[in-house]
Order: sequence, then C-alpha cells, then structure tokens
Amino acid sequence: MALVNTTHGEMDESLLEKREGSLDNDIETTTWTEYWLNGELVHRSVHVSLKTGPALFAEAASFD
Amino acid sequence: MCTSFMGDLLVGAQQLSTVTLTSRGSLTAPTTDTVKAALYLASATLNASTTVYSSTGEVTGTNYVAGGVTVTNANAVTATNSSTTAGVAYWTPSASIVYTNVTLTTAFDCVFLYNSTQGNKAISVHTFGSQTVTAGTFTLTMPASTTSTALIRLATT
Repeated sequence: MALVNTTHGEMDESLLEKREGSLDNDIETTTWTEYWLNGELVHRSVHVSLKTGPALFAEAASFD
Repeated sequence: MCTSFMGDLLVGAQQLSTVTLTSRGSLTAPTTDTVKAALYLASATLNASTTVYSSTGEVTGTNYVAGGVTVTNANAVTATNSSTTAGVAYWTPSASIVYTNVTLTTAFDCVFLYNSTQGNKAISVHTFGSQTVTAGTFTLTMPASTTSTALIRLATT
C-alpha cells in the first residue's frame, strides 16, 4: 500500500486519481505528479531539472 | 583576461578594491560562504539589477520558510582554458535544491541564489516554467557542472 501526502493527510494511492505531465525545452526538463480526490487537487509535486545556467562573459581591454 | 583570475573572483581570492565583509574566520584560509535559494512568484521582478535578498515577491505557503533553503555546496570552483585567449570559470551546487512537503498555491517561476553569509548579497536568478505545489515536494535539479552547462559560468571568448 503506497501512501501519498495530501491536503487531507496521508492517503492510500489507490483511492486517488493520478495525473502526470512533463515539459521539455532549452531551459529545463520538468515533470509533475498530481493526485485528485473527487475532482479536488490534493497533491502536486514538481521536479525541475535545469539544463544550463547563463554564461556571464568577462572582457579585458586586450589579451597581453 | 586570464582564466585563473575568473576562478579567483568566484572564490574571492583576489581583491582589487576595498570592501566590507563578514568575517570568514581566517584571513589566509577563510571558510566558504553559505548560499541560500529562495523561490519567487511569477509576478515578482528580479533581474540583473537585483542586489540583495528581499522577501518582496517571495512565495509564501505551508512549510516554506522565508529566505528559502540552504544550497549544498561541495563543488569547488573550476577554471579551465579553452584556448590561449579564452576560458571559463564555473560552479554548480553539488545537490538538488529541495522544498519538502510545501503548499505553494500562487504560481512561481524563479529561484534566487544569494549569499547569506555576506549580507544576503545577490548571486543569480534562474527562471523556469511557472509552477504550483500542493502538499508536495518541489525539486530543482542542477545542470551538470561543466564548462558549457554549469549554473554559474564566467567566461571569456
């Protein structure tokens, strides 16, 4: 029996409707998991994986 | 610019002007500063002009503590030459940033990294797709710490 933390406390996963989603672009790969109970969102977790940070370019007057 | 200098900047090894610092314990072997990560609402304004942590626009919700969480920092700054005239110094947190069992019902799309040891001074702002969390966990996994993907990269070309 898997338990899910919800807005109503821990609940058996089998009592809930599970919905999952994802997005992927140049910045991130993201997945989310939702659990619904009778049309009410009772749990939503999100995992964002950043692909890269912005580069900060440094300049000197010349390279000597 | 010498690549080693960019690495020195990230670790605070060179000081070209006067500055007021919070003591790092030792002048010759100072301790590493603490970095924290705070989440901000999609409606908040954070950008290159942000200089210090502020709770304005920060998310609020169950089990989220203002100021965010401490970033795990076991990675050393690395400075690598890519040619005789170019290189990159880079750093990435060594673990995912995790907000456990939180409820954040107003959409947020930004994490702000700041130095909580040195007066909450700004480090960087990173955006992602707008999210909410309900009685769940928000995990922000860091990019690979390489010359082309690290979270913080100071480069010459």
